[in-house]
Amino acid sequence: MSNSYQIVVCGSIVPDPLQTLEPVTGPAGPALKNEMILPAVLDPWAGHALYEAANLARQLPGSKVHLVSLGPKAKLQQVMMTVAQKVPFELAALDGPANGFTDPSETAAALAEAIQGIAGLDKSRLLVFGGWESASRGAGATMQMVGERLGIVDQFQGVDALKVNPDGSFEILERIEGGRHQVSRCAGPPALLGWATGNLPEPKNNPQVGMTNMRTVMPALQRAKAVKTGTEGVTFASVALPRQQRETRIVKDASPEEIAREIVDWLKQ
Amino acid sequence: METILFLAHTEADGSLGKPALEALGVCQGLQKSLPGVQFAAALVGETTQPGADAIAGCGASRFLAVSGPDFGQSRYASDAAAAEALCRAAQATLVVAPATSRWNRVLPGVAQRLGGRVDTHVTGVSTDGAKPAINRWYYRQRMEAQLSRAQRPWFILIDPGSQPAAPIAAGHAAVEAVAIPLPDSCKRTQVTGLRVPAADAQTIRPDARLLFVTGAGWTKKQADGQTHVPEAEKLIRGFLQLTRASLGSSKSLVDLGGEGQAVLSFLTHLNQVGQTGSTPRHPKGLSTCCHGEEPHTVGWRFINERRAISLDPNCGWARGKADVLYVADAFAVMTRVNALLETQKPA
Repeated sequence: MSNSYQIVVCGSIVPDPLQTLEPVTGPAGPALKNEMILPAVLDPWAGHALYEAANLARQLPGSKVHLVSLGPKAKLQQVMMTVAQKVPFELAALDGPANGFTDPSETAAALAEAIQGIAGLDKSRLLVFGGWESASRGAGATMQMVGERLGIVDQFQGVDALKVNPDGSFEILERIEGGRHQVSRCAGPPALLGWATGNLPEPKNNPQVGMTNMRTVMPALQRAKAVKTGTEGVTFASVALPRQQRETRIVKDASPEEIAREIVDWLKQ
Repeated sequence: METILFLAHTEADGSLGKPALEALGVCQGLQKSLPGVQFAAALVGETTQPGADAIAGCGASRFLAVSGPDFGQSRYASDAAAAEALCRAAQATLVVAPATSRWNRVLPGVAQRLGGRVDTHVTGVSTDGAKPAINRWYYRQRMEAQLSRAQRPWFILIDPGSQPAAPIAAGHAAVEAVAIPLPDSCKRTQVTGLRVPAADAQTIRPDARLLFVTGAGWTKKQADGQTHVPEAEKLIRGFLQLTRASLGSSKSLVDLGGEGQAVLSFLTHLNQVGQTGSTPRHPKGLSTCCHGEEPHTVGWRFINERRAISLDPNCGWARGKADVLYVADAFAVMTRVNALLETQKPA
């Protein structure tokens, strides 16, 4: 039995977490102020999914990783210059909004269509990966909808580990409440995994991988299909930054003993 | 006219968890404020009667359940089939459910099956005239939105801890069993167990009164030019044992392990709080050796009282993110905190 997989990773871009974000309301609904000039990065949990996919593909010869990414084409190109140096993949790009206010069901429809459009897709060997939540919408809903559209009912979220057993089945660890993991055994592909952090460090940049990837990344960006995703049926009454700004008391010249006493008193209140 | 469905899964003993009772309280609020609504309750689990009896007095006009050994597992395929059948049987337009890991995994997919929409991590539900509206956060708790939706069914998953649990009178609930023939294709996955840290190694305590966050500073060179990782471990473990606090960490500290640097042995990515970690709910939080920049503090959105110990008086905590910032050496302070707590420990 072949143990090679077609691994499709869904991953988009988000503003660099160090940026200050401010909501604005435009004709199409809420958005981020200066969204197009904010530096962007690959969504962190989607990044973990991509690195886990590449690691799995490396262990099982014949496996292939596709990255399906929906975002403004110019921003995608910028982010791919870095991401492409990390691990080998083939990009399928979709040109459309990537902000957190778009509806997950509309995003899922676009992603599922793109996955179905991958040439030579064999659903019996298909693993769909993604982040369990994004750093933009943070809903943890899109991947399940993609899975439903593809007819995949073996789905896992908050995944930290995937082990392929000799018989082709998987052992999967999912995060659940209280710092615990649920352990499941799945018969095999097709399956969908929304990754949490996993166990792999971010790969170092490898210019050779970058050069190989860019041969397919640039053409994929050029032919990126424009998709319309939005907020149909949703009425936003407000989108606002939290108003609470604390009056921070800065204690500079107290001794460790004094500070310790104050902390212990506070803990006991 | 809306039909509200309270949708919950039972625990292994057939009871309902606190998050379920919080979601039920939201349903009761909607029932009171929306005109002419129908209200039904539906449960999924190996056994559901004890859970239904516990909420018999909640005001629901119908109690529905999918029960049996196949539905005791927290598994996507069987949970989706059960939730779909219950939503159809109740003809629900608003489905209110607790945002547990089990329901977070499955209900967005069920919304897709039913042609509906879903909002997860909901922190508030209100009504504007005849329309329900919800509050949720975007960009990892950086901005809050209030929104309503035209599509139905609308699945609303209530974040645990964000609402008070409903006080409900128990009794006997007449449960309508909804039968589902579960095909083999829904049994390809089997839940085989849980992986739980040993009791003394379990540092994540969702019910703790205090969140204690450690930053990368604990593993950096100190004033003597040396790192003191074993000493840091001892101080942190000691504090956790004395206070029963929940341990959080910045991403940078957890990631050091992957970069081959010295790291606190008991920290994992599960401890991570912030941009790529969790956003826990605790009454108090104490940060140590963490600079309090935005990617960290977004994880503190639901911590009420915040204090921090940092050597940098201009760190992020000083800019309105903490109530008190102690500019001091965390090693020195925490040594004395532990000593004080030790003396005050009940005999």
